[in-house]
Amino acid sequence: MSVTISPKRLRREFVRKVKELSGQNLQLCYQCGMCSGNCPATSNMDLSPRQIIELARLGLEEEIANSKTVWICASCLACTVNCPRGFDLSKMMEAIRLLTLRKNIDYIRPEDISPQERCELPQIAMVSGLRKFTG
Amino acid sequence: MSLAYYPGCTLKTKARNLEEPAVASMEVLGFKLEEIPRWNCCGAVYSLAEDDLIHQVAPVRNLIRAKEQGQDKLATLCAFCFNTLKRANLLMRENGEKRDTLNSFMDEEMDYGGEVKVVHLLEVLRDEIGWGALAQKVKLPLRELKVAPYYGCTLLRPREVAIDNVENPTILREFLEALGASPVDFPESTRCCGSYQIISNPDDISEYARDIFNSALSHGAEALVLTCPLCDYNLGQGQKELMKKHNEFKEMSLFYFTQLLALALGLDPQVCHFELNYGSPGSLLREKGLLS
Repeated sequence: MSVTISPKRLRREFVRKVKELSGQNLQLCYQCGMCSGNCPATSNMDLSPRQIIELARLGLEEEIANSKTVWICASCLACTVNCPRGFDLSKMMEAIRLLTLRKNIDYIRPEDISPQERCELPQIAMVSGLRKFTG
Repeated sequence: MSLAYYPGCTLKTKARNLEEPAVASMEVLGFKLEEIPRWNCCGAVYSLAEDDLIHQVAPVRNLIRAKEQGQDKLATLCAFCFNTLKRANLLMRENGEKRDTLNSFMDEEMDYGGEVKVVHLLEVLRDEIGWGALAQKVKLPLRELKVAPYYGCTLLRPREVAIDNVENPTILREFLEALGASPVDFPESTRCCGSYQIISNPDDISEYARDIFNSALSHGAEALVLTCPLCDYNLGQGQKELMKKHNEFKEMSLFYFTQLLALALGLDPQVCHFELNYGSPGSLLREKGLLS
């Protein structure tokens, strides 16, 4: 992917919030790609986990908002346990999701879950899904 | 011996075939699982955001329930609940500032500082009973049942809550060996099933299931053994979709580890509730002479 970087496009406030919510030092990442290599969902993502880290620390909020990657993440922590730098990417993904959800922008509409699915889904699926995808 | 026990919501409804064989088996093994009083939903997933303390209240309340009973250990069965409770417990033990905030928010409760140890039932079997002692109690060895251990995520990640080696876990293999079964290692055993993505991206879930089943099958497995009700649902539903789309897709049975435990201990198979399982566990077990 190609990204145009200019001082106007870099959102320092976004970087600050991601750091604050995730508790992670975004500069730890040296872009080795272990996260993307270990992520079982990379093939369904438009931007790889490694790319998301780079965009997030640059403050390229728009590119991240246009990507579905953080919503494909299942918080399985394969990235977290394999990172050679001890960077917890699952917390950064959560921080980025929350920055959207806390503006009352939900990723799913609970009413779109059919009555049949509601009956069949185990409670842990409903509770975790609604916590991850709605504000 | 009595053991404080947290069941969680799913085990009381969708995953009775995980809980009921566990309770009956542990009794045979000398442990009475005592449900803690007034337990509530643990929240299913651990809150990952630094400022999100309110979602820690639910799991911590359950830990307080165990402490109130004078228990120093709380056993769990559902892999999701295990992860959420154990991570919340570590937070209370290690982060003084957040511990103080949570304790003062819950001023009607006794103070809590992570005193209770959260364990998964597999750890009780390994560390308190031991594989050798378990093997001696087996009445119906699960001979020739080729089962692949599927761990999923939450028993192994993050490292600080893992019940075994993160990269190369062996606890389920050892468990199956103690029951006389033939464990089948396969590379996808710790790969995520897609988890809560089932409510937003069900098509992805069936892709993940395809990779997991194909890998287990190519390594010679006849069935998967599971610990998590969401893995069970995702793999079971994913398999149904795959069978609709591909005629050649071979159905594989899914078992909870507790069902195999109860069966091997010679308990009445009715306690296993095989009728709630995906696949055709009954016919596989009959074929192996393990069920009449």
